[in-house]
Amino acid sequence: MPVVLVMLMASAIGLQALRERGGELPTGADSLLYVRSPGAVQRLALSYKSILADVYWIRAVQLYGDTKLGRTAYRSYSRLYPLLELATTLDPYFDVAYQFGALFLAEAPPGGPGRPDLAIALLQRGLEAQPDDWQLYQAIGFVHYWTTQDYAAAADWFGRASRQPKAPTWMAPLAAVTLAEGGNRRSSRLLWQQIQQSATDDWFRNEADRRLKQLDAMDQIDLLTKVVTAFTARFGRAPASWAELARTGFVRGAVVDPTGAPYRLEGSTVTLDPASKLLPLPKEGGARP
Amino acid sequence: MSAIRTVGTVAVSVFRESVRDKVLYNLVAFAVLLMAASYLIGQLTAGQDIKIIKDLGLAAIATFGLMIAVFIGIGLVWKEVERRSIYSLLSKPLSRAEFILGKYCGLGLTLVVNVVVMVVAWYIVLAYMATTVPPEVRAAWPAPATDLGMLRAVGLILVELMLVTAIALFFSTFSSPFLSAGLTLGLWVIGHFNADLKNFEAVVDSRAAAWFAHGLYYVLPNFSAFDIKQQVVYAQAVPASYLATTALYGAVYIALLLAASVAVFSRRDFK
Repeated sequence: MPVVLVMLMASAIGLQALRERGGELPTGADSLLYVRSPGAVQRLALSYKSILADVYWIRAVQLYGDTKLGRTAYRSYSRLYPLLELATTLDPYFDVAYQFGALFLAEAPPGGPGRPDLAIALLQRGLEAQPDDWQLYQAIGFVHYWTTQDYAAAADWFGRASRQPKAPTWMAPLAAVTLAEGGNRRSSRLLWQQIQQSATDDWFRNEADRRLKQLDAMDQIDLLTKVVTAFTARFGRAPASWAELARTGFVRGAVVDPTGAPYRLEGSTVTLDPASKLLPLPKEGGARP
Repeated sequence: MSAIRTVGTVAVSVFRESVRDKVLYNLVAFAVLLMAASYLIGQLTAGQDIKIIKDLGLAAIATFGLMIAVFIGIGLVWKEVERRSIYSLLSKPLSRAEFILGKYCGLGLTLVVNVVVMVVAWYIVLAYMATTVPPEVRAAWPAPATDLGMLRAVGLILVELMLVTAIALFFSTFSSPFLSAGLTLGLWVIGHFNADLKNFEAVVDSRAAAWFAHGLYYVLPNFSAFDIKQQVVYAQAVPASYLATTALYGAVYIALLLAASVAVFSRRDFK
């Protein structure tokens, strides 16, 4: 009998593997979201609202990750907002779902759906449940700052965040700097440094670290461009390589970005290596002097 | 005093029978579920492991308990009748009321033991998971991983399970197990829709229908009142008066159902 059982189990596993080899059947992009109405889900959840919210949140994370990495046949983020809406309806205090969800939604294509409007709508739903949560106000300012590049609106939301009971002391100066210098590297650096210091999550801390390295790289590219310009002025031609610049004393040591990847020199143009983890660099906003 | 001793004897025998029937095996399933989840959740989600394990633990305690309460509760009386052991039991110095109360207390004891063991396992997993998180991240949590405040939700889950047991026992005094399971689970589901019954006038024009729904709201057991899982996970305030009123409400409803069970069972003719 045990032999029969083992053989049957092995057959089931073998057939499963055989079927998988034939590829997957096509599935509709929306076929996995059985119930779309948040009100209906809230009722159907009975006493399992929190755990169901977790399930929808995990599905949102998986959808975002799989789509971003191109693991899905349909490269569509269309179900991302409904999943986040369901998760936050079932658990209105699900802070991470609001904050990460807004980041996911605001991310420009192909890395995200590029829907800052939905990101803000999601965060405003959060404010209905938690009207004094400074992090949600900050997150809305964040979407305006990075995605819509509306620095006046960003400064306004940072200002609102600073007036909430548990807001950190750096929130008010951030609002002022954003209003005065929105979009330039100094205000961006300030924003990311504060996020890096106050982050309670590894993802946010790593993202802040990466963004600060991008800003460092942008500064370094500016500096290297000046060096290349000086070389060109002296020799009447663009340098052929970093080695030539080093031989002539214009640069010293390895010319690498903050992640250790070498910068690329093409004529007089300095860029990041296409394999650099810092790509794509953020667009420079409408900085005010 | 002798009545209490008799009830206790029946209760202990029910507990022993549930151990013999391997009911406590569900504890192994619970422990495996939590340990597997604690590993997998970290791979699946972004920094919400502790919240999800808290939610999962509370949901699993409620679900495992509900299954035990319903599927053992419905067989408490029926099994004795089906096996015809009821004749020998009732021929002993044991009143029908003592029999019903003993059966109820026995399953109650099984549930308490189950819930206590599940809670201990759950706290051990939470304590372990907390050690894997850096202190600055822990500082940002609304409550510690092993927040004892969560026991308030466990307490109300236990009262809810005792109420479900009373309902299952009540139905088992006069109907078949299949029907009893359906009716008990049906009442449990309806009990979670109570808020809708209360606000029925918002969706119907008929005043009579609204009043009828309003009446049902007060008559049917309000299971949604026992659900404070979300509040305790976020360490939100749940007034002591709310806990006391809800627990008392559960106790009164249980007393009502037990009295009804005794009344129905006392009239049953086993000839």
